[in-house]
Amino acid sequence: MIRIGVVTFPGTLDDGDALRACRLAGAEGVPLWHGDANLSGVDAVILPGGFSYGDYLRAGAIARFAPVMESVIAAAHGGMPVLGICNGFQVLTESHLLPGSMIKNNHRTFVCRETELIVASTATAWTCDFASDQRIVIPIKNQDGQFVADDRTLDELGATGRIVFRYAGWNPNGSRRDIAGIANEAGNVVGLMPHPEHAVELGFGPDGPGGPRTGRDGLGFFASVIARLGGVT
Amino acid sequence: MTTVPQSPSAPPSAFPSVPPPTSPAVPPPAPPGRPPAVSTRIDTVERAAASPNVPQPWRELGLKEDEYARIREILGRRPTSSELAMYSVMWSEHCSYKSSKKHLTEQFGAKTTPQMREHLMVGMGENAGVVDIGQGWAVTFKIESHNHPSFVEPYQGAATGVGGIVRDIIAMGARPVAVMDQLRFGAIDHPDTARVGGGVVAGIGGYGNCLGLPNVGGETVFDPSYQGNPLVNAGCIGVMRHEDLHLANASGLGNRLVMFGARTGGDGIGGASVLASETFEDGGPSKRPSVQVGDPFTEKVLIECCLELFAAGVVEGISDFGAAGLSCATSELAASGDGGMYVDLDKVLLRDPTLTPEEILMSESQERMMAVVRPDRLGRFEQIAQRWDVEYSVLGEVIAGDRLLVDWRGQRVVDVDPRTVAKEGPVYDRPYARPTWQDSLQADTPDRLERPGSPAELRAAVLALAASPNQCSKAWVTDQYDRFVQGNTAAAMPDDAGVIRVDEASGLGVAIATDGSGRYTKLDPYAGGQLALAESYRNVACSGAVPLAVTDCLNFGSPLSPGSMWQLVQAMTGLADACQTLGVPVTGGNVSLYNETGEPGLIDSAINPTPVVGVLGVHDDVARAVRSGWADAGLAVYLLGATRSEFGGSAWAEVVHSHLGGLPPAVDMEAERALAQLLVDGAREGLFAAAHDLSEGGLAQGLVEACLRFGVGADIDLTGLLARDGLTEFELLFSETQARALVGVAPGKAEERLAGLALAQGIALAKLGETGGDALTIRTLFAIPLTEARAAFEATLPDRFA
Repeated sequence: MIRIGVVTFPGTLDDGDALRACRLAGAEGVPLWHGDANLSGVDAVILPGGFSYGDYLRAGAIARFAPVMESVIAAAHGGMPVLGICNGFQVLTESHLLPGSMIKNNHRTFVCRETELIVASTATAWTCDFASDQRIVIPIKNQDGQFVADDRTLDELGATGRIVFRYAGWNPNGSRRDIAGIANEAGNVVGLMPHPEHAVELGFGPDGPGGPRTGRDGLGFFASVIARLGGVT
Repeated sequence: MTTVPQSPSAPPSAFPSVPPPTSPAVPPPAPPGRPPAVSTRIDTVERAAASPNVPQPWRELGLKEDEYARIREILGRRPTSSELAMYSVMWSEHCSYKSSKKHLTEQFGAKTTPQMREHLMVGMGENAGVVDIGQGWAVTFKIESHNHPSFVEPYQGAATGVGGIVRDIIAMGARPVAVMDQLRFGAIDHPDTARVGGGVVAGIGGYGNCLGLPNVGGETVFDPSYQGNPLVNAGCIGVMRHEDLHLANASGLGNRLVMFGARTGGDGIGGASVLASETFEDGGPSKRPSVQVGDPFTEKVLIECCLELFAAGVVEGISDFGAAGLSCATSELAASGDGGMYVDLDKVLLRDPTLTPEEILMSESQERMMAVVRPDRLGRFEQIAQRWDVEYSVLGEVIAGDRLLVDWRGQRVVDVDPRTVAKEGPVYDRPYARPTWQDSLQADTPDRLERPGSPAELRAAVLALAASPNQCSKAWVTDQYDRFVQGNTAAAMPDDAGVIRVDEASGLGVAIATDGSGRYTKLDPYAGGQLALAESYRNVACSGAVPLAVTDCLNFGSPLSPGSMWQLVQAMTGLADACQTLGVPVTGGNVSLYNETGEPGLIDSAINPTPVVGVLGVHDDVARAVRSGWADAGLAVYLLGATRSEFGGSAWAEVVHSHLGGLPPAVDMEAERALAQLLVDGAREGLFAAAHDLSEGGLAQGLVEACLRFGVGADIDLTGLLARDGLTEFELLFSETQARALVGVAPGKAEERLAGLALAQGIALAKLGETGGDALTIRTLFAIPLTEARAAFEATLPDRFA
């Protein structure tokens, strides 16, 4: 069975949700601790959402120096699939595994809503199971979710197919070019602001075509990485 | 933390009424200054005994002359400045409930029958009540007020309100699983409302969102009566296995007293006494220094640390630090324990080394906990605290005897019987009387108000209500709170009740809803207390949950005003009587008084009396939780319950005529019970595609909300119902008759089944029409496209605050 590590930093909030999502998707979720550089031989790593160290300095700025991140960064360079969700995305940019940065939402308030995303790239370890341009509904909840980068970086991301998710219609935080998530060159490292781990279980996710709280589009992320790693869902 | 000594088993007060000042004679109060007076020489017990006539700042600390005299009588000498600090905060209204205790005991204590206690594991008197929900699971829940600090400093006041209620829940040994908040602000168009409302919502989100607790509901109400006294009530639900229940007591000779979490600073000194237990007065010194400052990251880490400590079984007893800080934690732990307690104040980890012992005892610095730990388990405790980088310090231990002893710099500064501090504070039988204006208020009925008649007028009234500050969508508020975290939220606002899964295997879960109408309660406090219970009980039942237990947060004016006191006693009595009828116990709660700034005795001196009542229900499987609106076309829409013409305190009277007068809707708790039974039975059978209670705004508002929930319209024909209930269209659409609900069921067999259930419960049942289309159509009257209704419903708050 594919083993996916989920890192807990002080202030991480969605580690339990991410572990449950791994289980529901048919993988084994493995808790990883910020102070322990040992990745316990996992096949992939998720940096879940939350407010690591309170985000009092800059979101993700302190977590990036945790012992576990040395191993995660090394493994990412070695090709291991790594998914950063919300605060995890911020940790990935602070770790320079992904370009750009997140600043406060343009409307300056925390926003928790169900958002529709367009899957702009299926060439990554975390999206290969989606159809290209597929529209999915994933909850978003953040204070500092406005993705920013200089135009050269944004152009390059677009030209190299590294924009993985775009907000469809409503842009909830003012992110440049409606970018909700991006990948590294190799496509094994993906970061996004929305929360796929909150759209994996009947009755507890967003509303879907099947009715209230039937949305399970988040499972596609896990199905993708399991398929990429040669596991079976 | 404030304990509500409402249990009949609570020790009888040694001090039922306050005696007149007696010897030793009371010296004059010290001149006003920074309380408490900082002494160059340490004010030891020995020194206090030797210098009986030293003037003390008891008045600045919020004590009355006879209370100070009582303290001297208890000690047989003058208190040391440290003892004075402890008594002053613990005997404050906020901590001692001295004005409400008598009535809490007489009403909730005496009226809770053994049958009502069936599911009650812990009743009133602890941090929070604990309810057995089956399968070895227990749930604890409570609502607390943080009203005064939130007016002084909205962001921090509201933030620390959330932090405080969450620590109350942890202190029961439970894992917090959800929060909700009940907010009352001044007029939406008043300039200060943006400061208070915006700051409070940001504070709740800024703190709560960092804790990883879903916010599943609450209320936001605007009324001029809250202009100078906003209400910020915060609620929290926690779950635990039966065996994990922890209580706040220090027992076991030699057990260590370990303080852990944030360091102690100078913030929040006198928060409970100087701030929360007095009315605001112009010209006085700023009370901002009395407001605590929150650090949600520290709280989050503290939560995880506590849960790991519980799991490891290294904690004998635990207490949080809330109002009255160390004074409260030590005296309550000791008073509830089986021995005495020794505390070395020099061991307290300080943020500010210049703090005096008095300040350390009074500080309300946030994110602190106190654990009672067996010496042989200290090592394990330290391992866990270090794993979470939580600072801790062993302050002292449980000792023989029954004294609470506190040393500072090697000298004894406190030597008291902790019971006299924590449990035997003053109890007052405040004079109360029906206000002189009550009769004229009730005589001013809405009958004289001009009513819409033409279809166009009715249509306009529907939209006016949908767009009004109190009926409009609260999404601008609730979208700033995380409702998904933890992955167990089966329902949240705008559904009638928040529903949280407790057991992932079985789907066992709980529903919670809170309500409270200041307008109804102002017109008739006794009925108002009952109507608050009726609505939250109905909301929980609409979700399909079996209502099990009640908590309350009673927000009223000054206990020194006979009129406000009368409102409090009436509302409590009404609530307690209604609980008896429904057979659900009040498990605990909170009383917030002094929400009064006007000239005493006038009709607008105080806030609209606001008893916020929360009802907890249980779902055997949250998968069957019912939504408050229909998601599909072709469903049959039914109205449960008969309608009478009732407009006193109604939303229509408020929105269209700015009128408050007459009597609130009639209370019929038996009808509420029957309706709830039908809703629960139907939900168990999966009968309902939607269920939505009718309350403020009546049928019209209920239909608008049920259509907008999922954007599916309805085609409604009222002719049959108009004839049956003998009402005009206006009355049927806007009356606020209680014990009614809208339901949507699949056509055919489900309709027959519904008719059977209604017959069995003796509930009037009427088919209104069916769902579908993109408009709310009331045949022969009007049609409102949902786009138009949504624009009216959703624009109000963003236009004001965004």
